[in-house]
Amino acid sequence: MSRQRISLRQELPLLVWLVIVWGALWQDFSPGNLLFGALLAAAVARLFYLPPVELSGRFNVLRAIPFAVMFIGRVVAASFQVFYLAVAQGPKVTNAVVAVPLRSHSDLMVTATGHVISLIPGSLVVEVDRSTSTLYIHGLNVRNADDVLKLRKEVRDTEAGLIRVMGTKEELAALNQEVGA
Amino acid sequence: MNPDASTVDTVIDAVSAVFMIVGAVMSLAAAIGLLRFPDLMSRMHSATKPQVLGLFLLLAAVGLQLRTWWVWPVLVVAWIFQLLTVPVSAHMVGRAGYRTKHLHKELLSSDELEAVVLKAAQAAKDAEPDGGASDSIDR
Repeated sequence: MSRQRISLRQELPLLVWLVIVWGALWQDFSPGNLLFGALLAAAVARLFYLPPVELSGRFNVLRAIPFAVMFIGRVVAASFQVFYLAVAQGPKVTNAVVAVPLRSHSDLMVTATGHVISLIPGSLVVEVDRSTSTLYIHGLNVRNADDVLKLRKEVRDTEAGLIRVMGTKEELAALNQEVGA
Repeated sequence: MNPDASTVDTVIDAVSAVFMIVGAVMSLAAAIGLLRFPDLMSRMHSATKPQVLGLFLLLAAVGLQLRTWWVWPVLVVAWIFQLLTVPVSAHMVGRAGYRTKHLHKELLSSDELEAVVLKAAQAAKDAEPDGGASDSIDR
């Protein structure tokens, strides 16, 4: 159990999040309550020690806002699409399980990409191969090879967007090189 | 009450009414999907996903109607927790469903996981008693 301790700076986003949850649950954002929440957050983070989430230390707000807007837009579009499929095709719908190799090998990025993809209706992560960071995705209404390519591109584009928001500098450099090439 | 405030009220009421109806329609979509889709995996799509949008719209409607700023953080936290947990449950059910063969293979246009799972199962059989496939995921 000799896990490497992470610095306070790396842990800070988690602590801030816990304090926000505390304040939201009490519906009280007065300084005293927040201070108590911060003490509790620190205690919880010390006592219930989990494997550290390795944040890249980069977060680009200018990229995050368009990404969030695009995410909501795709969720809206895909929700109605799944509704349409349920009504129009129902039992005759054709699906596929598609392997998508990701660029990044960091756990956080693979998890985040899988989460975003799972939240968008019509795609679902069935299996993750952590050693090769490959996501196996079950896609609704994937009828032919073209649809498979489209789904794969969508996942890789999502990952690219996430790398631009919060990937490490190395991942970003590799991505820029790939786009430039 | 001056006319300005009541106009704003009407707009807020109208917006939250639209949000509530569309949010409820998303629940209806989930129900129709559960009934109509043929296998576990495609049902997972309709069972888990419409909540993301449906819950967002319903929570937004609640927030608009209560008109007190302090409910917003609770609603946002509720939605974020939903966002964090939905994919995990969907993945667990989907993964278990795939491995216990609760899906109609004839409805898949391509399956790039099948070979991997078969290979892993073979490797696990060869290397008894240590399981093979899931090791790559567990820490």
